[in-house]
Amino acid sequence: MLERQDMPRQDPEKRRSNFDEVALGYSHEQAVNEAKRCIQCKKPLCVAGCPVEIDIPAFIRCIADEDMEGAINELKSMNALPAICGRVCPQETQCEEVCVLAKKGEPVAIGRLERYAADWELENKLGEPEKPESTGKKVAVVGSGPAGLTAAAELAKMGHSVNLMEALHKAGGVLVYGIPEFRLPKSIVQKEVEYIERLGVDIQLNSVIGMVETVDELLDEYDAVFLGTGAGLPSFMNIDGENLSGVYSANEFLTRVNLMKAYQFPDYDTPVKKGHKVVVVGGGNVAMDAARCAVRLGAEEVTVVYRRGDDEMPARREEIENAKEEGVIFRLLSNPTRILGDEKNWVRQMECLNMELCEPDESGRCRPVPVEGSEHILDVDIVIIAVGTSPNPLIPMTTSSLETSKWGTIIADDNGATSKTGVFAGGDVVTGAATVISAMGAGKIAAKAIDKYLNSNNL
Amino acid sequence: MPFEIIEKSQIVPTIHNMIISAPRIARKARAGQFIILRIDDAGERIPLTIADFDREKGTITTIFQEIGKTTAQLSEMNAGECLLDFVGPLGKPSEIEQVGTVVCVGGGVGVAPVYPIARAHKEAGNKVISIIGSRSADLLLWEEKMRDVSDELFITTDDGTKGHHGFVTDVLKELLEGSESISLVVAIGPPIMMRTVAGVTHPFGVKTVVSLNSIMVDGTGMCGSCRVLVGGETRFACVDGPEFDAHKVDFTLLMNRLQMYKDEEQLAMEHYKKCDREGCQC
Repeated sequence: MLERQDMPRQDPEKRRSNFDEVALGYSHEQAVNEAKRCIQCKKPLCVAGCPVEIDIPAFIRCIADEDMEGAINELKSMNALPAICGRVCPQETQCEEVCVLAKKGEPVAIGRLERYAADWELENKLGEPEKPESTGKKVAVVGSGPAGLTAAAELAKMGHSVNLMEALHKAGGVLVYGIPEFRLPKSIVQKEVEYIERLGVDIQLNSVIGMVETVDELLDEYDAVFLGTGAGLPSFMNIDGENLSGVYSANEFLTRVNLMKAYQFPDYDTPVKKGHKVVVVGGGNVAMDAARCAVRLGAEEVTVVYRRGDDEMPARREEIENAKEEGVIFRLLSNPTRILGDEKNWVRQMECLNMELCEPDESGRCRPVPVEGSEHILDVDIVIIAVGTSPNPLIPMTTSSLETSKWGTIIADDNGATSKTGVFAGGDVVTGAATVISAMGAGKIAAKAIDKYLNSNNL
Repeated sequence: MPFEIIEKSQIVPTIHNMIISAPRIARKARAGQFIILRIDDAGERIPLTIADFDREKGTITTIFQEIGKTTAQLSEMNAGECLLDFVGPLGKPSEIEQVGTVVCVGGGVGVAPVYPIARAHKEAGNKVISIIGSRSADLLLWEEKMRDVSDELFITTDDGTKGHHGFVTDVLKELLEGSESISLVVAIGPPIMMRTVAGVTHPFGVKTVVSLNSIMVDGTGMCGSCRVLVGGETRFACVDGPEFDAHKVDFTLLMNRLQMYKDEEQLAMEHYKKCDREGCQC
């Protein structure tokens, strides 16, 4: 059996000071060798592990046979954004986790192969996608993140006329404002978005639905509406000192750096504070992204403060390892209790408590409990709070009879249908903050349901 | 789709009037709301309060003062040129109801955003008394427009070159002490002015609303850059505001947070001037 092919990566010392992509991608030879490891299971478990049900053995067999066009066609028939998924999907807990080879050794590197095939296509542009006959039905898709892009692509492939509305000035949602360049180059997102446009989707930027038009108004103009507005509202910890200058939500810090390109200030106009000693609070992928951006901006010391232990961190293991290699310090079992500032309102210190883990709670994770008398002070001049996000209330607030949960998420059934006729929803706005691929899966399911709705109704 | 500048003029030194073609926004804009614009691909997103709108012509009027790199660059643009991004209307509109007598206070460039609010109160059947002020007579803007929508208009200048020699709050205090029953005060201007207004009206128990100009990035509630403390609670100026109860706003925090990027603002300005002088290499 061949060994799993290692992913070539930028050297940690070098990448600490640039925003270029960390993972460099397989060479053709590596990709073919890795593809040959797949034993082509008759009943592939990997496909069931994929939220968008890519025929994984089929595309991998094409790569093994060096039929790259075949590989990309297999991928794109199920997934409109393979270059993105190949980079940011948590394959280790999805398709690769259930790979038969993982029982005895290492699974097939499905994500890396997906990326290889997708990048091959971006370099060797294929012809225009086929446009189906128009159904004459119009759908408004609100939000151009993973859920919205996927729903828009699927609906366009079905022949519906699709307008994709984005509040910001660039399409991509969290893929452009949240995930950093070094993990997902914006040129890749741009090319995937262009593919969606080539499918016939019309993208309207700078359109804040709920303000410039309400969902009710959209329904006058469109036959159906899909809401994929994500979970963009940052949570804070509600501790003293959170409004001091130098305290950022991870959303703000990442938006400045990624969307606004603050790492190129002053060539780009938007500034961001670099900091000497940066503390990032949280243990998810967003916390890792923020910490690694802070390293690259030139902070001397970047520390992740997380209230549970190493095993409990929700971030991808690969990203935690990347962060460690880049010099990020982890203060685990530690929880901030207040942030202290100077007379000019600038952050200077943070008080933390040590925690210990007790019995697992309903979520299955061990519940952290403060250790009495363990208060201690960290010196810090930038604090980035990455403790989660929830859906933006703008659309629920301005839409009639759209039911939401007590967490602010839009209530939708398994097909994405909401309480409001003709309005569907999917992705983080329904589930709360989750992964790119689960949002894409939801976008795809909702597109099918919308298609059915449009066909069944005499609209 | 770029947004064309229909008209652009300097009203008083360093303060400019800019009318933008944005029919979708004009259709929905209401007094008290704001827009966010970005000049070009390297540009920052800056919020500007809507100073006027014309639903029929499909235009939005903004008034801005040259204070940083982006506003300096804007001041050099002309009619016919385009802004890359223009988004809105954002924020909650002013609450307009028939309440009796409303005093509208505008300081400096803040006179412009007060104008549509004064007009809306007038249209709602309120008696509108306006107090507008500036450092000096030559910096006073929109006197005639304000007069058109006010039952009474007071002018103040810091140096006494026009109207009352002193601050808008001097006149406000006199009005509050007078016989007229005042139901509402709306004040827009520099934070220090709004804080003083809040201090003046507080003992009289008159409801006072201010519009906060905190630093924003997205303007849709996504980043929290604009957070302010109101009545001890953190609120986002972009979606919960921009108008808040002046008696509950922590103005010190607002002013401190407005200073956060002072060094960077200076750096950006120097960089811009250098680019302007030597031809941009970036």
